[in-house]
Amino acid sequence: MHPSASNRADASTSIPKDSTSVIDAAIARLGSLKGALLPILHDIHEQLGYVPPAAVARIAQGLNLSQAEVHGVISFYHDFRTSPPGRHVIKLCRAEACQAMGSKHLEAHLTAQLGIGMNDTTADGSVTVEPVYCLGNCALAPSLLIDGKVIGRVTKRRLDQLLDGCRNQGAGA
Amino acid sequence: MYSNKVLDNGTPARTSTKTVALQIDGVQITVPEGTSVMRAATDAGVKVPKLCATDSLEAFGSCRLCLVEIEGRRGYPASCTTPCEPGMKVKTQSKKLATLRRSTMELYISDHPLDCLTCPANGNCELQDMAGVVGLRDVRYGYDGENHLQAEKDTSNPYFTFDPTKCIVCSRCVRACEEIQGTFALTVEGRGFGSKIAPGPTDFLSSECVSCGACVQACPTATLMEKTIADAGQPDHSVVTTCAYCGVGCSFRAEMKGNEVVRMVPNKDGKANHGHSCVKGRFAWGYATHPDRVKKPMIRRQITDPWREVSWEEAIGYAASEIKRIQAKYGRGSVGGITSSRCTNEETYLVQKLVRAAFGNNNVDTCARVCHSPTGYGLRQTLGESAGTQDFDSVDETDCVILIGANPTDGHPVFASRMKQRLRQGAGLIVIDPRRIDIVRMPHVEANFHLQLKPGANVAVLNAIAHVIATENLAKLDYITARCDLAEFAKWDAFIRLPKNSPEALEAETGVPAVQIRGAARLFASVPNGSIYYGLGVTEHSQGSTTVMAIANLAMLTGNLGRKGVGVNPLRGQNNVQGSCDMGSFPHEFPGYRHVSDPTVRELFSTSWGVPLDGEPGLRIPNMFDAAIDGSFKALYVQGEDIAQSDPDTKHVLRALEAMECIIVQDIFFNETAKYAHVILPGSSFLEKDGTFTNAERRISRVRKVMPPLAGLADWEATMAFAKALGYPMHYTHPEQIMAEIASLTPTFAGVSYDKIERLGSIQWPCNDKAPNGTPVMHEGQFVRGKGRFMVTEYIATEERTSRRFPLILTTGRILSQYNVGAQTRRTQNATWHDADVLEIHPHDAEQRGIKDGEFVALQSRKGDTALRAVVTERMQPGVVYTTFHHPESGANVVTTENSDWATNCPEYKVTAVQVTPNGKPSKWQQEFASFEGVQDSLLPKKDA
Repeated sequence: MHPSASNRADASTSIPKDSTSVIDAAIARLGSLKGALLPILHDIHEQLGYVPPAAVARIAQGLNLSQAEVHGVISFYHDFRTSPPGRHVIKLCRAEACQAMGSKHLEAHLTAQLGIGMNDTTADGSVTVEPVYCLGNCALAPSLLIDGKVIGRVTKRRLDQLLDGCRNQGAGA
Repeated sequence: MYSNKVLDNGTPARTSTKTVALQIDGVQITVPEGTSVMRAATDAGVKVPKLCATDSLEAFGSCRLCLVEIEGRRGYPASCTTPCEPGMKVKTQSKKLATLRRSTMELYISDHPLDCLTCPANGNCELQDMAGVVGLRDVRYGYDGENHLQAEKDTSNPYFTFDPTKCIVCSRCVRACEEIQGTFALTVEGRGFGSKIAPGPTDFLSSECVSCGACVQACPTATLMEKTIADAGQPDHSVVTTCAYCGVGCSFRAEMKGNEVVRMVPNKDGKANHGHSCVKGRFAWGYATHPDRVKKPMIRRQITDPWREVSWEEAIGYAASEIKRIQAKYGRGSVGGITSSRCTNEETYLVQKLVRAAFGNNNVDTCARVCHSPTGYGLRQTLGESAGTQDFDSVDETDCVILIGANPTDGHPVFASRMKQRLRQGAGLIVIDPRRIDIVRMPHVEANFHLQLKPGANVAVLNAIAHVIATENLAKLDYITARCDLAEFAKWDAFIRLPKNSPEALEAETGVPAVQIRGAARLFASVPNGSIYYGLGVTEHSQGSTTVMAIANLAMLTGNLGRKGVGVNPLRGQNNVQGSCDMGSFPHEFPGYRHVSDPTVRELFSTSWGVPLDGEPGLRIPNMFDAAIDGSFKALYVQGEDIAQSDPDTKHVLRALEAMECIIVQDIFFNETAKYAHVILPGSSFLEKDGTFTNAERRISRVRKVMPPLAGLADWEATMAFAKALGYPMHYTHPEQIMAEIASLTPTFAGVSYDKIERLGSIQWPCNDKAPNGTPVMHEGQFVRGKGRFMVTEYIATEERTSRRFPLILTTGRILSQYNVGAQTRRTQNATWHDADVLEIHPHDAEQRGIKDGEFVALQSRKGDTALRAVVTERMQPGVVYTTFHHPESGANVVTTENSDWATNCPEYKVTAVQVTPNGKPSKWQQEFASFEGVQDSLLPKKDA
């Protein structure tokens, strides 16, 4: 599982952490590792749900890299968001098995239901949808990941239930 | 991009002594081990198509155009990333390769605007060339698919544009920024089809980019493009010449359309810069044709009179008659001249010759007085020659650098990039500087030690380092025994071992923890090749000469002189400051640093010049000012130096200028000194004349005329006319003849001629029978003076002390985008980055005084006061403030004092006790400056509309 989702509940329920102190703490804790950039980015992402633009200069300074280098790495990985996600994050699988099992229809349904595109967040801040390429759950395709939890054999109905849950509850499904 | 008329070998040269023999398209070729197949092919005269490869960068293997077939190997390896192996048989052309290359090109072009005819790179585009080479005729994919053609152009940089629609993401720009410049300001943003070159998360102007131009030069398309080329079109010819900014002395190709420069491109064959440049040399040359250029000679009787534009004859006739009148009235010694470190060797030589032969005295000095005169003195005393010991290439072999009182990333950026390359390879770095200059810590470079000393404590720190090396038995005694004067060494050794020179004892004076000094000393003493690089932060102190000698001591002590990778390396400030010193610009020395009191030398010059010569040293610049105020010095001929802005204690300087009866200013602009002048002779820029410059590594390079002098005469011609009017005609029709005369009179230049420079590209003096091709590294085998001489360097604190009234120390310096008094760079778009001088102050000092960042503050010393904006920054240490002197109205030198180096009178610019207070308003001096400027402007002839 991608670490970005593990603290989802935490990020959505508590008051937003002071992002500067999260960034600085990550640099202080992990900065001496060899190749510290990715662990630091993961750590920040895990805690804040995204990597704030202000992190670029601070990490660059901390690791003695250029801002361009840090920016290059963040922008390379789709999993690093640069703005805060919605309260719930749905990652719909687009890989071969899921496509074969109709994930394209699910995607169309999902975006139509929410009125947003992929990689977007609903206006009320409740849901962010993102594509993902293989969750390793091919036998139970089509699959999605909601707030870090894998759901297999997704149907439109199951999807609607999940969306209802997202809209109605403050916390994760 | 670089001109496509210049051969690009694709990948860098290898220097291995082992060789590899192989066959390429049937041609047998032998190359050094590690050479790529691509480079071997170009060596064999075979061109392999390529896009992502260029010989200034390591191979990358991304464009897939340089594929070749190698007998016995599967597939189609990229020739750029494939090293040559013995017996290889390479085919660069086949039907299959043609198909592969064409298909690759087809993909590139399917996402490229087809506007070749109106594209600024038209005629000089590698993409266009390669489309032609592979025979692309059709793009089967059409142009309607996903593409980047709507991407927005970034025009934020004043000198070049970034047009991502034309980009093929070959990464040459990104790699140039990393490998060559070492700024790491560019990256590939995103991935896959969405990949885009980006200067970080912002535009070019607000990014970390330092506008060195390396990326623009590396770009094979019109993506990164000089605005001047977009405006003017491609050049029709180019001329190799030498940059007229700093002492690095980069070789450039001036790319021309007729008489108009359209682009300056660093010359790949240039031995000082190896094809690299900085924002000043590469882009800030527009001043040469700025409307402010003085194009007609002018005269006036008094400085309150309006200027009258006159012919050259009249101006020079008037100047000569004034000199004669003044000498008749006040004596032969009442006049003098100042040579310029901005002008050529030949011009400088002529000015000192004019003073000595036509004025008949030795009152000649040069701006080196105020920068590197202690270098000349200190190195002469210890090693025997007044110059740096190495070439720049030497840094490639150093294992630890001591950088003291120099800020190369701002002051000598092209050399700094070179040094950073070596630092990234792992060489150690010890920075001795009161400020946390950039190189202390910048992407991928970090100093092992930053000895953040108090300004003025250089000698104390160097003594402490030497003390540690001596007392911990780290000195290279074998080297010292073989090469140095042992009696002098013993004296010095006894001195340096005294407990008062220990880092602990000196801690209070230096402000540097002893443990750091011990660590730095041990590091420096432990490496095979240690080198010392320094700048004006060493020389511009009351103990400037002592510091230079302490540096030489340290180099001898650690056995670091006389081979590659080591040495004492003064980073010279101006383009020809080394040359102006070599050419006899000092009042006590003829060309080649020979004392005027030496009868043999005087006889030599006297015979050649056909006049008797004075054996008494003349006045130094500060003595001239003092004598002017006393009333005994009345006339001054100043070529290309703005003493009213650049010399310390401005008010004293201006009083001296006001006291003189005739000041002759020869300059390309109506500078600050010109406001006090009686005769203006229009100067010529480096683009308008032939000659030579000598850079910090003693390298003599040609300056070549690419356009006629705007005012009709080159500086050397004007000096000749002046000499003639004084009754001392000189007979040269070309600067080449002046150099021939210099060579005939100066042993270290004996072998120098324009022919030889033409043949070798450039020559490092000494160049004579012993070293016919010049001397990259000096003191090999033995020192020039025979035995190296350790000099006792007692630390004596400057008299300039902080007090309750002036509790802070002001130190001054430079920034990257501006040059010296700013006369040139202020007249270019470099002002975008620095349009006013600011005062850097530590947050602690700012808070204590209630000063906010960006606020106008008053800066006062016992000499004067001024006002400028504050920048609150932790680069400073508490107690120390910093400013630059690039803008005349900021009056940095109104504040600096008359203190100077004990041996050479080099001013103590780097230490002034000051107070800084909030709510600054323009000082009285600044108000007077503004009103005087208004008056002087009104006296100038009206400009033609």
